[in-house]
Amino acid sequence: MADSVLNLEEIIISDRVKKHLEVLNLSEDEYRLIVSYLGREPNEVELGMFGALWSEHCGYKHTRKLIKELPTEGKYIYQGPGENAGVVRVDDVAIVFKVESHNHPSAVEPYQGAATGVGGIVRDILAMGARPIALLDSLRFGDVSKPEVRHIVSGVVKGISDYGNCIGVPTVAGEVYFEDIYSNNPLVNVMCVGVTKVDKLVKAVAKGVGNLVVYYGSKTGRDGVHGATFASAELSSEKEDTRSSIQIADPFVEKKLIEATLELVENGLVVAIQDMGAAGLTSSSCEMAAKGGVGIELELDKVPVRVSDITPYEIMLSESQERMLAIVEPSKLEKVREILDKWELDWAVIGKVTDTRRCVVKYRGEVVADVPLKYLVDMVPTYVKPAKEDQNVKKLRDIKPNLIVEDYRDVILKLLSSPNISSKSWVYEQYDWSVQTNTVVGPGRAGASVLRIKGTNKGIAVKIDGNGRYMYASPYNGVMVAVAEVTRNVSFVGAEPAGITNCLNFGSPDDPNVSYQLQQAIKGLAKACKELGVPVTGGNASLYNETDGVQIYPTVIVGCVGIIHDINKIVDGVFKKPGDLIALVGNETKEDFGMAEILKIIGSDVCGKPPIVEFDVEKRLQEFARFVISHGLISSAMDISEGGMIVPIVEGIIDTKLGARIDLSVMPVYPSIALFSETPSRGIFSFDKEFLDTLKMIAEHYGLKFRVIGEVIDKDELVIEGLPEGSLVLSKEELRKAFYSKPF
Amino acid sequence: MKRRVGVVVFPGVNCDMDTYYVIKDVLKGDVRYVWHTETDLSDLSCIVLPGGFSYGDYLRAGGLAKFSPVMREIKKMAEKGYPVIGICNGFQILVEAGLLPGAFLKNKTLTFICKMQYIKVVNNTSIFTKGYKKGEVLRIPIAHGEGNYYLDGDTLKEVLDNDQIAFQYCSEDGTVGEEFNPNGSTYHIAGILNKNKNVLGMMPHPERASEMILGSVDGAKILKALVD
Repeated sequence: MADSVLNLEEIIISDRVKKHLEVLNLSEDEYRLIVSYLGREPNEVELGMFGALWSEHCGYKHTRKLIKELPTEGKYIYQGPGENAGVVRVDDVAIVFKVESHNHPSAVEPYQGAATGVGGIVRDILAMGARPIALLDSLRFGDVSKPEVRHIVSGVVKGISDYGNCIGVPTVAGEVYFEDIYSNNPLVNVMCVGVTKVDKLVKAVAKGVGNLVVYYGSKTGRDGVHGATFASAELSSEKEDTRSSIQIADPFVEKKLIEATLELVENGLVVAIQDMGAAGLTSSSCEMAAKGGVGIELELDKVPVRVSDITPYEIMLSESQERMLAIVEPSKLEKVREILDKWELDWAVIGKVTDTRRCVVKYRGEVVADVPLKYLVDMVPTYVKPAKEDQNVKKLRDIKPNLIVEDYRDVILKLLSSPNISSKSWVYEQYDWSVQTNTVVGPGRAGASVLRIKGTNKGIAVKIDGNGRYMYASPYNGVMVAVAEVTRNVSFVGAEPAGITNCLNFGSPDDPNVSYQLQQAIKGLAKACKELGVPVTGGNASLYNETDGVQIYPTVIVGCVGIIHDINKIVDGVFKKPGDLIALVGNETKEDFGMAEILKIIGSDVCGKPPIVEFDVEKRLQEFARFVISHGLISSAMDISEGGMIVPIVEGIIDTKLGARIDLSVMPVYPSIALFSETPSRGIFSFDKEFLDTLKMIAEHYGLKFRVIGEVIDKDELVIEGLPEGSLVLSKEELRKAFYSKPF
Repeated sequence: MKRRVGVVVFPGVNCDMDTYYVIKDVLKGDVRYVWHTETDLSDLSCIVLPGGFSYGDYLRAGGLAKFSPVMREIKKMAEKGYPVIGICNGFQILVEAGLLPGAFLKNKTLTFICKMQYIKVVNNTSIFTKGYKKGEVLRIPIAHGEGNYYLDGDTLKEVLDNDQIAFQYCSEDGTVGEEFNPNGSTYHIAGILNKNKNVLGMMPHPERASEMILGSVDGAKILKALVD
């Protein structure tokens, strides 16, 4: 700093501080920066606060500059990035949504890690004043044949199930993929969607000098101290003591917190609310005050605590779950008290809003921290680390994949039973997806799930996607495939994509290859969102996903919310009646086998270039889908992604008494390409014969390839004609056995 | 006679709003919430204990809710013959409170199960089930982790003698058997009545099967019986 009286180079850092910096994952240069900001050395509590707010989790050190490229404007946008969650609007309904990661805690303690991941994102939505109405989760696990991976899978699924079910928020959609690379670093990304009226939205902006800071929810314990910094560091088998960083979930308190918070908001009793999530009391108090341009004074003696010998440092950094911080006008405190007492929640007035623009923390009559908020929140150092692509990745990308299919029956059944393609009913049946009675299309029936909005004729479609294997071979193109796929899924039930939320899961940005992946992926995300006209409303970054030097695939998880203008005009992906025609619509099918699922199935090397999205076609296909759905011209629609066209055809019949007859000889490509290619911007549509000519004309208008490839039949089987060996008949029973096989 | 339904809210229940919505907005009935500490229910003609996780299912499902003040009044109403229905967690509470026989174990899968389920009407003489034909197959979602309803041999004989079984789990065509029983309940019981047939406990959620947009209206008659 130019006005600093200190010479940074001359600051001697004691061994004690060095140790503390290591725990906080702060560099010595960052310490020097703090000293220059303050004009003195920070005390222990203050340094802890810097460590938390300057972590990647809270401060976005490595991504803040990059994400500026993302488009944030759109016709449905009501609140872009910067609040607890983004908001899109239709009429007077505000739809609030965000995705967040809980990868590190889930790696160490799968059950609690996943459960608290659900709790955290639900409170982010709640803090906006919205009722949480849906959860989606995107999970990545290692090689499922390994016992230790199975332990993680079971724990994570049960954690989500126990927590989400108990709080009564349906888990309506999601995705699960298994790749060896995630064996020690599973990904648990949870998205939550909430609704409220636009005029009931609450912001996390503290205002009004003299207003009270009200703490409510569970008591504060030592659990999760350093959680935010833990989530922003690499895991190591040597750092076993990180176990203390794990928080324990209490969904019963969360449920009471939801009802109490919504009652506070409904009665207009709060100025601002924020969840005490990552970095707990420190981030919630400092961020709300910084956004409001005010100061905040806290008295830690008043904080409800679990243990009497807890220190001010621990109180400030605890990540005990199910806690909220609200700003309340003194005149409304009595009514706030009534509601919090009714819901049997611990609560206390722990401070007040001041005009100092500082965070002042007192404990037993002494000031234990006094820091200008701008240093903690606004002046976080940001980095764009040197980037260089790993040449081995380039080599992998340049190898042409080798696809030889000899026995079609065998390959199709193997593909359908592979853990990445097979039905995920063994997961989603453990989640209550029908509570709240809004789930019109639930998991397993379509690309996206559909929820109605009670009291209106509107609905929303929600989906989450992200193919890490594609992104590994090409972060830029891989992310674009994810954005295209997630919006396509939403369009294919009849919804208009309104906003995107994303979670950036990467290894350590100190590695030039990871830095390259990060920069390329964000560029791809920005381009895809601009091309498709869908803005980004917010997101989350989870870096340092590596254990003992093994980095995960760069995995950008993209969540999308779409608006359904008439809830009665939707379709799912299930074939409806015999005689309906089946058409392949969209882009021409190409030889897209780069990093494709089928390569693993046939034992070929997984390599090559992931597909490239032609946004012009993609956009027109999505418009076509919405148009024909809104005019009632089609019976079903399902997008084509991993595994190729065969997958949505099987999904169309698998839970029905119907079958399908497909003729591949009408396709201009070889049967193996027709069945298994992963070319984006394509879909399988079924419709009544009488609409054939109309649909052809409309497809022509949209400039799309429209090819009738078969029909729905009144027989429990799938017939594939035009194969090298003639035709193949697969009985529903063998299809079902394959598709519903559990990975363990 | 027009009736007024009370939907009981214990901290942690989560189907209270769904049930209220169906009774009020779909079936056009008169309904109000009943907070678990209330002791004057004189304005009500019937009671619904909705599903969810009262008190987080801590101790065991329904194990704590039975001590709430409102339960004393509900017992009195049940004894006087007023209709009382417990759905899912409400069923568990009724069993814990001794208004219905039996006990609950974890599902035989040891996991939570949420899916559409077929059930068959066994007793169609009660106020709740009189709108159905005997043997009629209904499609109603289940969502529970502890739905493995257990009766010992003596009690099973007694409920059979008294025609207390309201619903059994079954296949689409009404076949009853182990493979169609999702949770392992005794005699495939999905719903049971008390001796007087004015108290019903059932694991499937009729409030989730009362509107066509949600895929089934097979459960609507159960709640409709409370309204008319």
